[in-house]
Amino acid sequence: MRDISLDRVNEIRESMLETVKSPSLTHEQKVATMANHADSLLEVLDLPKGLDELLNADIDSQCICDLFEGHAPLRPRYIIPDYAKFMREGSKFLQLDPPKDLYEALNSLLIFYRHVPSVTNFPVYVGQLDELLDPFVQDMDRDLAKKMIKLFFVNMDRTILDSFSHANIGPKDTLAGRIILEVEAELEQAVPNITLKYDPDVTSDEFALTAINTALHSAKPSFANHKMFSSELGEKYVIASCYNGLLLGGGSYTLSRMILGNIAKRAKDIEDFKTNTLPYMMDIMARYMDERIKFEVEESGFFENNFLAKEGFIKRERFSAMFGLVGLAEAVNILLEKEGIEGRYGHSDIADKLAVEIMDIIDDFNKHHFNKYCEGTHGHFLLHAQVGIASDVKVSPGTRIPIGEEPENLIDHLKHCAKFHKYFPSGTGDIFPIDLTVHKNHEYVLDIIKGAMKENIRYLSFYSSDSDVIRITGYLVKRSEIDKLEKGESVLQDTTALGMGAKHNGKILERKVR
Amino acid sequence: MYSADINKIIPFSSVDGPGNRTAIFLQGCNFNCKYCHNPETRNLCINCMDCVPVCPAAALSDKDGKVIFAAEKCIACDNCIKVCKHGATPRIVRMTSKETFEKICENVPFIRGVTFSGGECTLYPDFMREVFVLCKQIGLGTMIDSNGSIDFKNFSDLLEVCDGVMLDIKAYDYNEHIKVTDVGNDIVLKNAKYLAGMGKLFEVRTVVVPELFDFRKTVDNVSKELAPFLKISNIRYKIISYRKNGVRKEYRDYKSPTNEEMNEAREIAIKNGFSDIVLI
Repeated sequence: MRDISLDRVNEIRESMLETVKSPSLTHEQKVATMANHADSLLEVLDLPKGLDELLNADIDSQCICDLFEGHAPLRPRYIIPDYAKFMREGSKFLQLDPPKDLYEALNSLLIFYRHVPSVTNFPVYVGQLDELLDPFVQDMDRDLAKKMIKLFFVNMDRTILDSFSHANIGPKDTLAGRIILEVEAELEQAVPNITLKYDPDVTSDEFALTAINTALHSAKPSFANHKMFSSELGEKYVIASCYNGLLLGGGSYTLSRMILGNIAKRAKDIEDFKTNTLPYMMDIMARYMDERIKFEVEESGFFENNFLAKEGFIKRERFSAMFGLVGLAEAVNILLEKEGIEGRYGHSDIADKLAVEIMDIIDDFNKHHFNKYCEGTHGHFLLHAQVGIASDVKVSPGTRIPIGEEPENLIDHLKHCAKFHKYFPSGTGDIFPIDLTVHKNHEYVLDIIKGAMKENIRYLSFYSSDSDVIRITGYLVKRSEIDKLEKGESVLQDTTALGMGAKHNGKILERKVR
Repeated sequence: MYSADINKIIPFSSVDGPGNRTAIFLQGCNFNCKYCHNPETRNLCINCMDCVPVCPAAALSDKDGKVIFAAEKCIACDNCIKVCKHGATPRIVRMTSKETFEKICENVPFIRGVTFSGGECTLYPDFMREVFVLCKQIGLGTMIDSNGSIDFKNFSDLLEVCDGVMLDIKAYDYNEHIKVTDVGNDIVLKNAKYLAGMGKLFEVRTVVVPELFDFRKTVDNVSKELAPFLKISNIRYKIISYRKNGVRKEYRDYKSPTNEEMNEAREIAIKNGFSDIVLI
């Protein structure tokens, strides 16, 4: 381990004291923040030359961002336990037998969640809940089942204090799935995020319409293109955290992102960007990720010692890593401006053609970069359209069109999405606030979803423009909770602070209503 | 090949029939509804030139005594509509059925169908038929939103390629209908039963303006008269609350119905056997 300067130690000590005294952080948030401060004292990774100036810079010049993963990763960023195995076999470490009824199933899951680490210290994946619970609700009173599942969801919302946690349902229509959708429409709460894996050949219209009704009440579920995800990741994939496609029983070691707009600022022109600037950044970021993965696998001891791995709920070889990017829109606009070419991302063929060329370069790089610990994804990382963080200013999530510049007609917006979603097996998505009158015509939304799936759009989210629960970028937050935080009151979930940041910096309340 | 004067095409509409549809508004109407919220769709332009100088984007010009509209320059400020004294608009594009169909195709596969509205779209029956025939070839649904003023019995070839009609019944009483629209409703009511009888009455609509006509009587009679046909095919009753938006100045003083009045209308329809009722 390398030494660090006393100045830096003192700086961190100051931050620690600030955390201790913070009036708006809850106890849990303070403990988590203190752990991050402690981690920041460590220097164990062998960092690629040139990374420092790209990583440790202000938001208007930072080119690579490691999304708060810390200096010495003590666990993979995203962990996707095989909950079905837990239901079948129980857990020795947790001293739990396989559940025999709904009481035991829900109790076991809530215990298990407490022991699933992640970058946020909360589980980013809480299971394919319809399949997990369906066997237990078949022969019992429906009202009782609904009440129990409702309490289970309330418990999650109040104890998993971070809305990057994600449940999956579908594509099959099940009784448990229906109960979950009913309950979530009534509760209108932020946690957990939910995705319906949608396949028009498997998912009934009736089930999809129920899901749309729920989405217009509580901004979830989102709709994932099941055919597309399963063709890339196999049937055993899940959607976790914001909208990340990952392998079941595995996860993602790490996620870093390139801030493409800032990278474009450094390039002389389009050609320089394509042949020099971008390849330089991709190489450094990939090697940085390699280094993090190496530490996690070879040194952290996580995969040898954690019960999840020991009992087979996760397998090291089912892990991959997410090669992220943000700000494709800004990069394209900056590059066109440098060349004196007219046209804006999302509004001109020239801009969109350049954007596709950039994506092809990134995709090609990733296909040729090899990491021996990513066996589950053929030795390659998975591209990820990162949704941004609260402090991002003038950085549009992934490949999204900037808020305020959305095309007048939804059809043009969707056609634009269709050009870019194919690149991102580990997640991308677009969000559409919907006008209140659509509450009376859910089939309108269903038709759009069906068309989107045909056009290889990967992932869509809708929420009602008057809903309290809203989708910030990928995660959910209640507007009423943001209001509380703005008044200086503490709030339960840490993601509310991120939502507040995104409201001010990312203009997320100003999306074009459809 | 037939063509029509097209006021507007909305690529995705959630309020013009089932699911997501492309809605096409044709210019011109043979009714004069007091509460019309797009009165500029009623008449064709007479080239008076009043609108040309008020266009801030130079999208309108005078060419040999005719108003020429350059759609690509239009910023949709509506100045031209506001200044028009003739219930018209210069922003009309004449399109053939094939051109219209091509426009519709841009929205596939996101739409399940197309709806013609207006104005009064049945003033262009042959044009609509041609578009519908093309739509049917690629599996798109076809709906008509009409005031019911043409006798559908005489347009069987149009109905053959039309999935259903959304029919306005502005008032049940003949004289009240004249009060609302300047025109009688004998053909409208005949159409309602004719279409319902062949399972093609998808929806009836009444705009509730309590001060203008007895909405209770209209909802009561319409639902009573159509109830026997519900066993042939479901009929939705869309009951719409009057809103001031877009209404001509001289008719803007009507009060919108209260929530209680709207619920009362719903209860009347339910009592008479309707189950699919939408209040807007």
